[in-house]
Amino acid sequence: MRPALLDALSAIVGPRWVRHRKAELTTYAMDGLPTHESLPGAVVMPANRTEVVAVVRLLQLLQVPFVARGAGTGLSGGAVAGPETVLLTLTRMNRILRVDPAARRAVIQPGVVNARLSEAIAPLGLQYVPDPSSQAACTVGGNVAENAGGPHCLKYGVTTNHIVELEVVLPDASVVRLGSPQGDPWGPDLVGLFVGSEGMFGIATEITVRLEPIPAAVRTLLADFPSVRSASEAVSAIIASGVVPAALEMMDQACVQAVEASIYAAGYPTDAAAVLLAEVDGTPEQVEAEAALVEGVLRSHGARDVRSASSAADRARLWQGRKKAFGAMGRIAPNLAVQDAVVPRSALPDILDRIGEIRRRHGLSISNVFHAGDGNLHPNISFDRRDPALADRVREASKEIMAACVAAGGSITGEHGVGNDKMGYMPWIFDAETLGAMQAVRRVFDPDERCNPGKMLPVRSCREWRATPAVREAAL
Amino acid sequence: MIFARLRALLGPAAVDRDPDNVPRVTPASTDAIALVCRLACDEGWKIRVEGLASWLPPDAPADLALSTRALDEIVSVSPADLVATVQAGAPLDAIRRRLAEHGMWLAMDPPGRPDRTLGSVIATGTSGPLRHGFGPVRDQILGCTVVTGDGRIVKPGARVVKNVAGYDLTKLHVGGFGAFGILTEAHLRLRALPRADVTLVSRGSRDALSAAARDLLEARIAPAALELASPELAAESEWILAARFLGVDAAVQADVRRLPTETDAVWEQLPADRTAGFWALLARGSLGGPITFRLGVLADGLDDALDLLAHDLDAGLIAAGAASGTLRWTGEAPVERLRAVRRAAAAREIPMTLERAPWSVRRALGHFGAYREGLGHLVDRLRDTFDPKQSLRVALEGSEKSEK
Repeated sequence: MRPALLDALSAIVGPRWVRHRKAELTTYAMDGLPTHESLPGAVVMPANRTEVVAVVRLLQLLQVPFVARGAGTGLSGGAVAGPETVLLTLTRMNRILRVDPAARRAVIQPGVVNARLSEAIAPLGLQYVPDPSSQAACTVGGNVAENAGGPHCLKYGVTTNHIVELEVVLPDASVVRLGSPQGDPWGPDLVGLFVGSEGMFGIATEITVRLEPIPAAVRTLLADFPSVRSASEAVSAIIASGVVPAALEMMDQACVQAVEASIYAAGYPTDAAAVLLAEVDGTPEQVEAEAALVEGVLRSHGARDVRSASSAADRARLWQGRKKAFGAMGRIAPNLAVQDAVVPRSALPDILDRIGEIRRRHGLSISNVFHAGDGNLHPNISFDRRDPALADRVREASKEIMAACVAAGGSITGEHGVGNDKMGYMPWIFDAETLGAMQAVRRVFDPDERCNPGKMLPVRSCREWRATPAVREAAL
Repeated sequence: MIFARLRALLGPAAVDRDPDNVPRVTPASTDAIALVCRLACDEGWKIRVEGLASWLPPDAPADLALSTRALDEIVSVSPADLVATVQAGAPLDAIRRRLAEHGMWLAMDPPGRPDRTLGSVIATGTSGPLRHGFGPVRDQILGCTVVTGDGRIVKPGARVVKNVAGYDLTKLHVGGFGAFGILTEAHLRLRALPRADVTLVSRGSRDALSAAARDLLEARIAPAALELASPELAAESEWILAARFLGVDAAVQADVRRLPTETDAVWEQLPADRTAGFWALLARGSLGGPITFRLGVLADGLDDALDLLAHDLDAGLIAAGAASGTLRWTGEAPVERLRAVRRAAAAREIPMTLERAPWSVRRALGHFGAYREGLGHLVDRLRDTFDPKQSLRVALEGSEKSEK
């Protein structure tokens, strides 16, 4: 990076909050995905909106591209920046600005850690529902960029269903407010458009979220199954019964064994082909009735055993095993390729068979831990990236898994985003016209394409959207 | 000339004239709509889109009308995946009947006729009382097919319940009033039919009922709908507050038992055979005047917003979600009065959306009126992207930009 740029950035945020030496930048070379790596040109850490605006204005003036980043826990390479790019880390903007319990709203800065928000409002009997597995570290700003999900999104919806208003710094350094605390937009639904735009439309500097009451009662059930297929069929039967569990999570044997061998051991039966974690919540009467219903379905679909968490501590332990499953796999191999795909729920049993076949053919270690209720799969491949031949096989297997999910009518990502990891898969699910529309919308917000460049949209596959009207104008 | 060109393009069966003698096309496919749009864009013709012509009234000046009525197919229903794909011209009641055959249900109860087209619900973003428990229309739409003003076909989203691939362009079309293209098909999120469906009603003064609604929320009772309706709308002598509970039987019964102990109101449970009719009556009431708008209002701002309406407008048909964020008014009022309401609402940070009105009112006020600072530029450019020649006759913004 040019020294003049570094000086100018330092003048805005103070020299302490600008990093540019190689050793300092290494921290920012990756996000949560080990397969994409690049050092940014510089890292700048603004403390507030005024500093964000000043930094973005400077970068606009110099036409320097930039990437916004929260805690860097993303799993699609979305927060990775190239050497000509400035990384804006927003973790200093971590204040909860206002909480309005009567209206069930909170206004927060983007760097607030997901779990900390729920902790802070718990005394009011309220919670922020979307709970990605990385919630102890990830920021709500990052959740907004990726439209993050989590186990409890089955009943309550993903990030986009919980964001009502955003203050956004656009790439030209102007500031706009999208949406309203009520949830109705001033005009078209630009909040809905912004959430999940992977940091390519601008930087959210203030976020108004919807809060939900903490349910009066919760029941967590653990069921173990002799086959993955019977567990998948139980999932469909629960959904068809009319009960919407708060969460419905599945782990296959490889995943269970990894968890049980780790410090996160949750007491899952290691000889089960699959375990299901089902949670119902609501009023005590509702929980009683729904738990009985769900348990009946689990048993009639071949569960060997169904047990109910006996205490809050027991429940926390059951969930810890699920939420730390990715961490537990660290014992198996140094690296983990976390995949994220969605299939129609009814395709789950077949797709899991297919993944098993791909695993055997490539001689890989794959474990499945996933949001079964949503059909959102996470086949995770453990490997050592120092072995280039193995890394190639991992890439090939990932691609085959993704192709199988798309062929089953699914999508290439349910909650991790496209980033630079899945860009190549975009033409598998969107035609050139639709990709072109996305590219054109991106240019509405970011005409110079300087905001998180090189992510999500495989530009060569996008049909050009500007040419047609322009040519017509010329012809007139 | 236009008439003949359209007939040559689509065949005579798909082209007739509306009561005002404007050529009207009724294409039977997305591709056919794309052809019409491409031609209209090239020729500089203005298109007016209509379903049943009740929410986007057929009086907007245009060179041709485009009806989605031939696009009425329920393309597929996948009960196990809780997803259905439906064309935009399909009537809601037909969709509902078809889903019920599979034990499925769509959590949408928009105002208007029971046979309203899906397209009109999505284009206007009009949610009903169930917004309280299931979220607005946007939360029920997983993806769509849209034809842009210049005839391109765009297909964002997918037939799965969870998906973050690509920008969520679908959101732009929900409540976009057709400004970003003509919706031809949508993927819908379904739910299994609830096992129990119970509605209770309380009558009384507006203030007493809104206090009862607040008490109920405070007590963490969670109905699927909690709707306050004006006497004119409910066809009763007093205001009413209606609470609808959906779910497993034991849970619904427990909530019903708690209602009288947690609120000061007197509740009457509607007999099962009257429940559907009651909600349909409230929904149809929204067509009881030429103009319908909604205000975005939170639970603690409801009384204030109702006062604002009482001050600026004659009594209208009012339905308000006590905590869902929507207050809907239907009635008759001159543009100046509506402008005054919008100004007063804006001063309270309350967005106002004109959902249904004659063209003269829509043109003057716009569906959204003036946006917040800085947004007009973005919306204009989005509109240019999807409708470069402004072929689609839509008044997003009012003809005067003097308001906030």
